[in-house]
Amino acid sequence: MNEIFELQYALDTFYFLMCGALVMWMAAGFAMLEAGLVRSKNTTEILTKNIALFAVACTMYMICGYAIMYGGDIFLSSITGDGATGAEEPATYAPSADFYFQVVFVATAMSIVSGSVAERMKLWAFLAFAVVMSGFIYPMEGSWTWGGNAVFGMYTLGDLGFSDFAGSGIVHLAGASAALAGVLLLGARKGKYGTNGSINAIPGANLPMATLGTFILWLGWFGFNGGSVLATASVESANAVAVVFMNTNAAASGGLIGALIVARIMFGKADLTMALNGALAGLVAITAEPSTPTALQATLFGAMGGVLVVFSIITLDKLKIDDPVGAISVHGVVGLLGLLLVPLTNDGSSFSGQLIGAATIFVWVFGASLVVWGVLKATMGIRVSEEEEFSGVDISECGMEAYPEFVSSKS
Amino acid sequence: MKMITAVIKPFKLDEVREALGEIGVSGVTVTEVKGFGRQKGHTELYRGAEYVVDFLPKVKVEVALAESMVENAVEAITKAASTGKIGDGKIFISQLDDAIRIRTGETGPEAI
Repeated sequence: MNEIFELQYALDTFYFLMCGALVMWMAAGFAMLEAGLVRSKNTTEILTKNIALFAVACTMYMICGYAIMYGGDIFLSSITGDGATGAEEPATYAPSADFYFQVVFVATAMSIVSGSVAERMKLWAFLAFAVVMSGFIYPMEGSWTWGGNAVFGMYTLGDLGFSDFAGSGIVHLAGASAALAGVLLLGARKGKYGTNGSINAIPGANLPMATLGTFILWLGWFGFNGGSVLATASVESANAVAVVFMNTNAAASGGLIGALIVARIMFGKADLTMALNGALAGLVAITAEPSTPTALQATLFGAMGGVLVVFSIITLDKLKIDDPVGAISVHGVVGLLGLLLVPLTNDGSSFSGQLIGAATIFVWVFGASLVVWGVLKATMGIRVSEEEEFSGVDISECGMEAYPEFVSSKS
Repeated sequence: MKMITAVIKPFKLDEVREALGEIGVSGVTVTEVKGFGRQKGHTELYRGAEYVVDFLPKVKVEVALAESMVENAVEAITKAASTGKIGDGKIFISQLDDAIRIRTGETGPEAI
């Protein structure tokens, strides 16, 4: 019996770690997607932001984020080596594997922000925000949801019927809320909205890169949702994992098809960038509950996300909320949709619980982010100068172009 | 000597090069350019927002040649680059004062 348990422990831990590695890979997906959808003069800076925010998020979550969210001590000093005997409740995986799996989710939430504020935000202001977001803002709302704590001692979301399997709200809506607060204080990119009310397109520089990024995210999402089953080494959990993989894939497909068809009808041509956003919207829509829908339901939920995201992007543009990559629509608007779809297939949740949970996450993350962005704006400034924006933040922030031409070195 | 500058549709470049080769032109310079003429630009949509393509891609072919060949060259380019539709391009002819072959120092028509 003991040998079987050891085997289960080893397999669950291994599965958890590999899923975490897949989610880590999503950071690469976000980096490629965002680098593809900005102009080439802002490529180096967005790449720097993406890889630096990952490191900042991992470090801050190690210092205090994990402790705020799940208890334990700062610097992970109380993480024991053995989850089977060391923890209060015996787990089938190592505690440090749990940290590793959780930390990559923080980085995902932070990656969502970087795309929305692209092409005009100061690099160091963004990284300063990343410190607070991953060390405090995200862990606080995480503690009220997955952590099971009461919201400032007032109410407990779990008791109200709130359910968010892998984080449509906890990760995606949270990231989008922080992004929205940043964009509102930051303003639109110069030239995006004309003085006569026109909405101008600023086409992305590299659509192969954006497409590769979407494929990477799609792949990484199997870890994001699949790993959230938290185990695989029993018939029950293995079945659950397989269903989650199947539904995650189905929703992404439905989302892409939905967005592609809507874009074709509305714009007359197949807008690839909308199709990419559609696939991601499908993934976000199913993330709140990938284990209970049927494959057909998952496809339809994804398609709803894909259709909604196109209208959301157009609406935000009309409101002059400039989001170069569509992150607020994909992760925020569709994240909310994902939460509201849960009660359709999961009896353990309720619409009121989902609404209260979504409102709690949004109000907290948006409000706290607004304060942090506001303080940064008042002190170091969050926006580059007009001239720097025109010549591209690659040179002004990083001192190097992504694709240098006509560079001569003095020997 | 004359300099012929032809602005043509990019997909006609191979045919123009072939036609010029057939009448004995020994060298051309080609540049990818953008511009507008009577064809003007057109609008496209990116993520639902309109953008205007004011300048369309064209290919500029520059040929330096002796005066005696100009007529044939113009005919060859016109024939090869024509589709009969708007946007076929233009041919400009200008006086060329001199030409020098860098390797040998030859000047005038011998240098071409």
